[in-house]
Amino acid sequence: MSGAPVDRREFLKGLAATGLVIVVSTSGCRGIEQALRRAPKGAGETWSPAAYVRVGDDGTVTVICHRSEMGQGIRTSIAMLVADEIEADWARVKVEQAPGDEEIYGSQNTDGSRSIRDFYIPVREAGALARMMLEAAAAARWGVPVAEVEAREHEVRQKGGRRRLGYGELVAEARTLPVPARETIRLKEPAQFRYIGKDIPIVDLHDMTTGKAQYGMDLRREGMLVAVIARPPVYGGAVDQVDSAEAEKVPGVEKIVRLKEAPPPAGFAPLGGVAVLATSTWAAIQGRQRLKVTWKDGPNAGYDSTRYRAELERTARRPGRLVRNQGNVARALRGAAKRIEADYYIPHLGHAQMEPLAALAVIENGRCLIQAPTQHPQAARDSVAQALGMEAKDVRVDVTLLGGGFGRKSKPDFIVEAALLAKETGKPVKVVWTREDDIRHDYFHTVAAQHLEGGLDASGRVVGWLHRTVLPTISSTFAPDQLYQGEAELGQGVTDLPFDIPNLRAESGPAPAHTRIGWYRSVINIPHAFAIGSFVDELAHAAGKDPKEFLLELLGPDRIVDQTQAGLAVEAWNYDRSFEDYPIDVARYRRVLERAAQESGWGKPLGEGRGRGIAVHRSFVSYVATVIEVEVGPDGALTIPRVDVAVDAGTLTHPERVRSQMEGATIMGLGNTLLGEITFKDGRVVQSNYTDYQVARMDAAPRALHVHLVPSTALPGGVGEPGVPPVGAALCNAIFAATGRRIRSLPVGKQLAPAVAAR
Amino acid sequence: MIDITVNGRRHQFEGDVTMPLLWYLRDELGLTGTKFGCGVSACGACTVHLDGQAVRSCVTPMSGVAGKTVTTIEGLDPEGEHPVQRAWREHGVPQCGYCQSGQIMQAAALLAGTPRPSDAQIDESMAGNICRCGTYMRIRAAIRAAAAGRSA
Repeated sequence: MSGAPVDRREFLKGLAATGLVIVVSTSGCRGIEQALRRAPKGAGETWSPAAYVRVGDDGTVTVICHRSEMGQGIRTSIAMLVADEIEADWARVKVEQAPGDEEIYGSQNTDGSRSIRDFYIPVREAGALARMMLEAAAAARWGVPVAEVEAREHEVRQKGGRRRLGYGELVAEARTLPVPARETIRLKEPAQFRYIGKDIPIVDLHDMTTGKAQYGMDLRREGMLVAVIARPPVYGGAVDQVDSAEAEKVPGVEKIVRLKEAPPPAGFAPLGGVAVLATSTWAAIQGRQRLKVTWKDGPNAGYDSTRYRAELERTARRPGRLVRNQGNVARALRGAAKRIEADYYIPHLGHAQMEPLAALAVIENGRCLIQAPTQHPQAARDSVAQALGMEAKDVRVDVTLLGGGFGRKSKPDFIVEAALLAKETGKPVKVVWTREDDIRHDYFHTVAAQHLEGGLDASGRVVGWLHRTVLPTISSTFAPDQLYQGEAELGQGVTDLPFDIPNLRAESGPAPAHTRIGWYRSVINIPHAFAIGSFVDELAHAAGKDPKEFLLELLGPDRIVDQTQAGLAVEAWNYDRSFEDYPIDVARYRRVLERAAQESGWGKPLGEGRGRGIAVHRSFVSYVATVIEVEVGPDGALTIPRVDVAVDAGTLTHPERVRSQMEGATIMGLGNTLLGEITFKDGRVVQSNYTDYQVARMDAAPRALHVHLVPSTALPGGVGEPGVPPVGAALCNAIFAATGRRIRSLPVGKQLAPAVAAR
Repeated sequence: MIDITVNGRRHQFEGDVTMPLLWYLRDELGLTGTKFGCGVSACGACTVHLDGQAVRSCVTPMSGVAGKTVTTIEGLDPEGEHPVQRAWREHGVPQCGYCQSGQIMQAAALLAGTPRPSDAQIDESMAGNICRCGTYMRIRAAIRAAAAGRSA
């Protein structure tokens, strides 16, 4: 592997020990957290080297996947893109995981549903470049023009002739050839695709079904210590006193280490506390249990979810800071034939990915080697370097498989803990978070109160729409005194709201954060899509119209929504993409909506206690409509006979994994809506494990879940997250259709039980 | 001293008998296919077979496994070709894959005792196994397919 920095927009042919190595420059994008941290404007799209493919002397094509695998199938999808363009035989393709090195690979921040939309072209270019050089090598060997040869299935053939050479036979010559200019790269036409758009089993499938797949939690190293850490239970708190006498008596416990606290805003820094290091995981867990620690709780000691909710709701009922304004909403609402208003609440959520956090750090000869299940190896590398006082070049971060991520594993706090402890002890250290640690020290999904008002004219058309959104911002985790949402958060449902309403106003209110707020699969789209999708349904019923037809009416005629005419008081945001490449396209909203409705049997009568709900949302530049059918028994028990999801995510690389992402996102959305709730009391997280922080289990899953892929030739959109946002509103709208009961506060929980329903 | 057979091999254990089987498997035998998810029997990621029954190894102390036989995901089938594993692959069940060892072990135990489970029996048996990626639809389908294959 070449470790040399590469000029932007330049190709570099590195020479590995054997074989041909090709690096291709590519687009890197601002990460969502950078955007939220108000990265310098005007930097725009930067170009930095990224994708990597290697051809061995034996002809094996190795694709170096620089994006983290956490269940989305990216190791397979990236390999498909490269393999297609290099004309590889899939059986002779291997996938290797890249270490964190942004200069070589471009952004590796596996977040924001951006792997395919950022790298669809660059990784294909890497494959095509290799193919062109192999063809040139064969043509030179045969002394024929390159136009007379073509690469097919791992060999170069002479057109109309019998001569063939395998890739392995061509490597030695190909590596000596000049690298073609980027402008000369010929990519395949879609009709020529061998793998792209086809269904291929994921490359890790066998390992994942036989227990061989290696995750961060599975890391082992000779002589390593396992660390389990007692962290301050309140954000911004600190250790007061420690009595470790009992902990030290646990056989296997070797050392107790104080870790420095990070005062808020903590950013990516560890929370500090007391680490127990032992020769086994069990001993470390036992030792931590026997620590006697008293804490100074600090300024967030009073954080209480009940009181905080009341505060957010009060704020949401007052005028806020202007986000956008079209027409005159106050006048439209005054003059409306019918006027309704509603308040919506969504609590904090925790990621609760199946693999608790874990990371291994080794410091040797002035270098630090990290192995970790990280979504963002570059942030891990920089954070570790900073914490250890090293240069980034002396830190290497290798990425294991991730047992789920959902945004939690893009924060490297747990990795820095391992690095600090390796430095302190002089031994390899694996930090292990228990499930309780994971639930209590998350970067939580925000908590949100929203107030909406709408006015209908005599014909039931919406003439005025007011949306106030109040929630602690993700920026608060990274900078002091952040009270308002930034444009990236408002761009997730508010500034990009495409509705054709003459008088439309949005405001945001101040909300101080008292815990670490982070991004969680589909992020601020969750509260915004829930409130908007629910309120549309409320307006439809107030207008006496079918909710689907009403939604189509609100979307208005097929058109590209012009964000310069949206009355924005903040900057528009489009998931770090231009509106030219990824416009807000009402026709695409309409197509997913109509497809989901049609497939679900929308409009066909259902029996007593049953109902359907519908919602549509654009996020991560993809469009998803969801129809959910529910049945609510007399005892309030809710079952879901059927869900239909229609998605337009542009050009698809791996349709089967798009389906699996939509299925998973829908199930996660159901869990969020029905069960998910993290609460605080006395500054501390009340929940501790899957026993009291509930996520969807199999019995909550629908009886049938159909994913409909809407054909599209648009540029690739996001896939990992866009399935989540419509679920909350679709579900609660279905509950309303089935029972007449409107759920405005999540989770649904026990609100459907008769004792509550009778109130 | 505790005698225990794991995947057909006999072992002797002399340590802390309150230690859960999970950590013996993972830390001492290096059988990391059995996963740590919650430590309190709430997620099923650590499911193994103890004398043929599905148990949560995270709450099964070593004192409770004396003289018993343990099968982990690594030992379910020497070639990884148990009907449940094959069905899992045919249906493309795994996403991140972390919970799937436990899911497969739970499903294999279900089918061993109930070769043709009803949908309700599948849900009931599998409700203790969380998949945060939400692969439940495919888990159900794979179990039905494995059951059908066996009965054919």
